[in-house]
Amino acid sequence: MIMTTTLNKEDFLIVREQDVVPFRNKVKEAAVKVGMGILNQTKLITAASELVRNLLKYGGGGTVVIENVTNGRENGVRLIFADKGPGIKDLDLAMKDGFSTGKSLGLGLPGTKRLVNEFNIQSTVGVGTTVTILKWKNG
Amino acid sequence: MERIPILKMGDFLLVTIQVDLYDQLAENLESDLVNAVQKHGSKGVLIDISSVSIIDSFMGRILGNIGVMSRIMGAQSVIVGMQPAVAMTLVELGLTLTGVATALNVEKGMELLRSKILLSEGQGYDHDDNSE
Repeated sequence: MIMTTTLNKEDFLIVREQDVVPFRNKVKEAAVKVGMGILNQTKLITAASELVRNLLKYGGGGTVVIENVTNGRENGVRLIFADKGPGIKDLDLAMKDGFSTGKSLGLGLPGTKRLVNEFNIQSTVGVGTTVTILKWKNG
Repeated sequence: MERIPILKMGDFLLVTIQVDLYDQLAENLESDLVNAVQKHGSKGVLIDISSVSIIDSFMGRILGNIGVMSRIMGAQSVIVGMQPAVAMTLVELGLTLTGVATALNVEKGMELLRSKILLSEGQGYDHDDNSE
């Protein structure tokens, strides 16, 4: 992963579905702040929307850290989704297109990965799941 | 509970989504629309999503469901006004909205809806002609 410096960060608590729309607005603010164009904004917010649903549905809520970051040449937005839910047993399976334990389409994780520049998932059964995504301004 | 208004205009139901969707709101719209099709015996449903800036896999699935459910209830449906960035994001996400009729704007959507209804009724007339 490329070295990045955090310009500013904010924690956002997600406990219920009503938190989702204000959260998406916060992500949009962060994207606008780095001058991200409308297409990349849409991709980032859509990715965030997928992950925040997982956070609520499977993790029982959690926190999201919203950061403006830079690598010296370009600025971007990094989001870290952390829950203390049951964790994911088989990460490789969860990252496969078409797989879902829930009633959604199973596009969630692999689809989300395609929308961003960096995608990292760590999960421990019984401890929780952390997903980090990063979208560069022109990424 | 927050709900998206459904307008009845003759044989049509019109829905303009002016707010950003969240899961519960989208689910309410799905059931409200299907109920409205039954209540009014509507032949067509037009959904304008030109103000919607985000459609993720869940909301995409709901839009697909609305199309299928309307058809089962005997109504045609068209989704109009999708923003280019939303369309590009949906495809990258892997959601192609198969089976959902779409049009560029409300005007073209109404045209499409009318022709779809004519077509479905036309098939009925053909059948009648043959039986006579």
